[in-house]
Amino acid sequence: MTLSVALRHDFGSFALDVGFEAPPGLTVLFGRSGSGKTTLVNAVAGLLRPDTGRIAVDDWVLLDSAAGRFLPPHRRRLGYIFQEGRLFPHLTVQQNLRYGGFFAPKGAKRESEARVVEMLGIGPLLARRPGALSGGEKSRVAIGRALLAAPKLILADEPLAALDEARKAEILPYFERLRDEVETPILYVSHSAAEVARLATHVVVLQAGRVIRQGAAAEVLGDPEVTPLGAHAAGALLESRVVAHHADGLSELSVEGQRLLLPRVSAAPGQTLRVYVEAADVMLATRRPEHISALNLLEVEIRAIRRGDGPGALVQLSMGRTALLARVTRRSVEGLGLAPGQRVFAVLKAVSVAKGNVAGR
Amino acid sequence: MLDGLTQPLSPAEWSAVALSLRVSLWATLVSLPLGVFTAYALARWRFPGRELLNGLVHLPLILPPVVTGYLLLLTFGTRGPVGGLLQEVGIVFAFRWTGAALAAGIMAFPLMVRAIRLSVEAVDPKLEEAAATLGAPRLWVFATVTLPMILPGVIAGAILAFAKAMGEFGATITFVSNIPGQTQTLPSAIYAFLQVPGGEGAALRLVLISVVLALSALLASELLARRVAKRVAGQ
Repeated sequence: MTLSVALRHDFGSFALDVGFEAPPGLTVLFGRSGSGKTTLVNAVAGLLRPDTGRIAVDDWVLLDSAAGRFLPPHRRRLGYIFQEGRLFPHLTVQQNLRYGGFFAPKGAKRESEARVVEMLGIGPLLARRPGALSGGEKSRVAIGRALLAAPKLILADEPLAALDEARKAEILPYFERLRDEVETPILYVSHSAAEVARLATHVVVLQAGRVIRQGAAAEVLGDPEVTPLGAHAAGALLESRVVAHHADGLSELSVEGQRLLLPRVSAAPGQTLRVYVEAADVMLATRRPEHISALNLLEVEIRAIRRGDGPGALVQLSMGRTALLARVTRRSVEGLGLAPGQRVFAVLKAVSVAKGNVAGR
Repeated sequence: MLDGLTQPLSPAEWSAVALSLRVSLWATLVSLPLGVFTAYALARWRFPGRELLNGLVHLPLILPPVVTGYLLLLTFGTRGPVGGLLQEVGIVFAFRWTGAALAAGIMAFPLMVRAIRLSVEAVDPKLEEAAATLGAPRLWVFATVTLPMILPGVIAGAILAFAKAMGEFGATITFVSNIPGQTQTLPSAIYAFLQVPGGEGAALRLVLISVVLALSALLASELLARRVAKRVAGQ
C-alpha cells in the first residue's frame, strides 16, 4: 500500500506546500523542528483541514479538496502514536489497548491482542493505569494501542523525543519489528539522523514547509547537498553483512567487498546490518596510512565536495554503489588537493561507531 | 426559644422539608444534562453569540432574585407567552411546586455551569483528538473520554446546585408565592414562621435541618469527588 500526499495550507506566517509518496515500509518525515513535520502528519490524520490537497492510501481517498471530500479523523482508520503517548488516564492499560479495536469495522483485518502484548512486552502492565507507568512503558502501550485499532495507516510523531537515551534504545527495536512484521505503511516524524538511519526505508526531507528531497534512506542520507540538520550532523548509511566475530571483541563486516571492523554486534554471521557512519568520524588520506591505530581503511573514490560557509567541507565518497560522507576542513581539502574522481582512503575508528547506529537490515 | 429544638416536627414543617428536597432534586436532575452541555459548549466551541449565552447563564447570579422571580412570572405565568402555550398542553408552573423547581433550577444554573466548565477546561483536548484518531465518533469521544474525566466537576456542580436550590428564596416566593404544602419550601417556611408570634421554635428546628442538610451535601460531594478524581488521575 502506498500513501500519496499533496497539500497546501497557509498559516499566514508559515505555508506548507508539499507532495510526496510513501511506499510500503517505514517512511521518515525528516527535518528540523519548525519545518512543518507535525503539521503535515496532523493533516494526514485529519486533525487539520488543509486549504487544498489530496491524500490517499492506494485508491482509498482520505481528502480531496477538489471533490469536496474530507474524511473526519475517526473514519480514517489510523493508528496515531503521539509524542506524549496521550494514553487515557482513567482507563487501565488493557482498556487503552482495546479502545481503538472497539470502533474498528467488524471484518477488519486486525492484529491479535496476545501477539501485540507479547511483542511489546506489556503483559505485566495490563491491569495498571497510565499514571503508574514509566516513560518507556507508556510509549510501548501507545504503540500497542495504535496497532490494535486495526489501522490502515500508522502515524508516529516523534514517538521517542520525550525519552532519554536508554529508553530510546529500548523502544527503537519495537519500531524495527513494526516495520518488518506489520504490512501497514508507517509515516514516522523525526529530527534525529540516528532514528532515520535505523528505521527508514524511505525518507522525505522537509525544510520550511517544503519537500527538498525524497528517496531511499541510504540515497538521501549519502547526499552532501541534503543536510537538513546542518553539515555537522551529516552521516551516511552503509549496508553491510556480518562475516565473523573475532575473539578480541570485534566483529568483522563486509561492505561492498571491503572489510569493516566494529565493536561486537549482536547479529549472527551472514546477517545483513545497516551501519550509520557520522561524517565527522571519517578522516581522509591520499596515501595508505601506516602505523595508525584506526582499524578501518576503506578504499573510496571522491564523488563530490561541498564547501560550507564556515571552515568545513563535506566530501561525498563512493565504494561501488554505496555512498560515504566525510566532514573535513576546507584547509585539508586545499592542502591535500582533493578533487572529484580522485581515489583516497577513508579512515574510520572502529570505536567511533556507536552501538545505537548499528541495526538489523 | 431553644426549647423549640426538643419538640418533634409538626406535619406542616415536615411537608416543607419534603417539598424542599423534592424541588431541589428535580431542579438539579433536570438541569444537569443541560448544564453539562452548556458548560461544554462554552468551554470548547467558538460560535457567534457565545458571550451572549455566557451572560445569559450568569444573569440569575447578578440580578436581584426578586427580579428573576418576576421575570419568570411574566414569562411562565398562565398569561405569559411561554406559560400560556405550556398551559394548553397541560404544563403549569405558576403557584405549583414545579414552578418552585423551575425557579430553583434557574437560580442554581450558573453555579452548576461554572463548576462543570472549569473541569471541562482542565481536560486536555489532545486526549479527545487521540480518541478520534482511534476511530471514536464525536459523541463516543465525549462519553468515553470527556465525561469520565469531568465527572468530579459534574458531581461538584450538581451538589452545589442542589444546595443552592435548597436555599432559594427570593425568586421562588416571587414566582410561586408561599402556599403551605404547595410551594412553601424550607426557606419560605422559616420566613413564614418568623412572621407570626411564637413561631421561633418551629423556625429554629427548620434552620437546624437546613444546616444539617447543607453540611451533609457538602461532605458527600467531597467524598465522592475525591474518589472519582483518584480514579481519573490514573493511579
